[in-house]
Amino acid sequence: MLFALFGVILSVATSAQTINQIKLKDLQKLLTTKTDRVQVINFWATWCAPCVKEIPLFEKLKTDNSNIDITLVSMDFDLDPDPAKVERFVSRKGLKNKVVILAETDPNSWIDKIDKSWSGALPATLIVNTQTGKRKLVQKELHEGDLEKLITEVSN
Amino acid sequence: MKKLVVVLLALIAVAASPVKNGFEVGDTAIDFKLKNVDGKMVSLADYKDAKGYIVIFDCNTCPYSKAYNQRIIDLNTKYAAKGVPVIAINANDPNVSSGDSFEEMVRIAKKKDYKYPYLVDETQEIAKAYGATNTPHVFVLSKDLKVTYIGAIDDNSSKADAVTKRYVEDAVDALLQGKAAPTTKTKAIGCGIKWKSA
Repeated sequence: MLFALFGVILSVATSAQTINQIKLKDLQKLLTTKTDRVQVINFWATWCAPCVKEIPLFEKLKTDNSNIDITLVSMDFDLDPDPAKVERFVSRKGLKNKVVILAETDPNSWIDKIDKSWSGALPATLIVNTQTGKRKLVQKELHEGDLEKLITEVSN
Repeated sequence: MKKLVVVLLALIAVAASPVKNGFEVGDTAIDFKLKNVDGKMVSLADYKDAKGYIVIFDCNTCPYSKAYNQRIIDLNTKYAAKGVPVIAINANDPNVSSGDSFEEMVRIAKKKDYKYPYLVDETQEIAKAYGATNTPHVFVLSKDLKVTYIGAIDDNSSKADAVTKRYVEDAVDALLQGKAAPTTKTKAIGCGIKWKSA
């Protein structure tokens, strides 16, 4: 019985993804490296209620569509540089999408380098066709069907 | 034919001109008449001796508003005496963010002993007119409502003691000296204003 319990704990522990801390240049690489998969990049934080609400849409998209890459970029470090908080959230929600933490300070120096039209408010979602350079930025909470529409728009 | 070209060019020019989305630095902002936490209506024009205004779109709930709460109180303490008061406005829709109800605004303003007005922008028209997107989002205005600075309070949201650039203080100091703000526009990570669902 005890062994079985350990087994469960171990499997939960090992299934949790490692969350990498990335820099602005890593993010820019993601936005510009040419690939035939549409890049869906969501900027979120554990404290942001509308972000947390829309995350299931990205999880569903992952299981539905293999022609896209989804990256959930946590902006938590700006207010509280504690990776454990993000890790706990990701494992509690059992998120399957790739989650990274943007580990940069002084947002005023880099928000425009992600997208000039972005105010910096969360949530924000950037959808990029790296082949054509077509991109869409949404600066509000997404609803059912929005992502599919946006992906089609950048794909054509 | 020539006429047609002129008409076409004019049409293209109209189509290409960007949709005006709020105020930019240098624009003249609008005054407003909004309900304060004490129930009275407040306008910028009520401040007869003001040398300028620090208009801040703020709220009760956003962790960034909480992180900046004391810094906003301190800004008012420092600059209201010099004729540049803080005027805080909450535009969040309480139907989206229940903690942003007027009753909660009253409670927080009392608890924190706000010495500045904390106004409710129920229709969200003032936030839209100004082009506010985040909380807290600051607009420094001159006496005649010229916008001299738009953006963040400073460059470090998480630690007040690690700030290196005090954008709003620098802009207000410049305003008081009759100079242009050294930095006129900044961006910050923050909570989006909770807009009413269309």
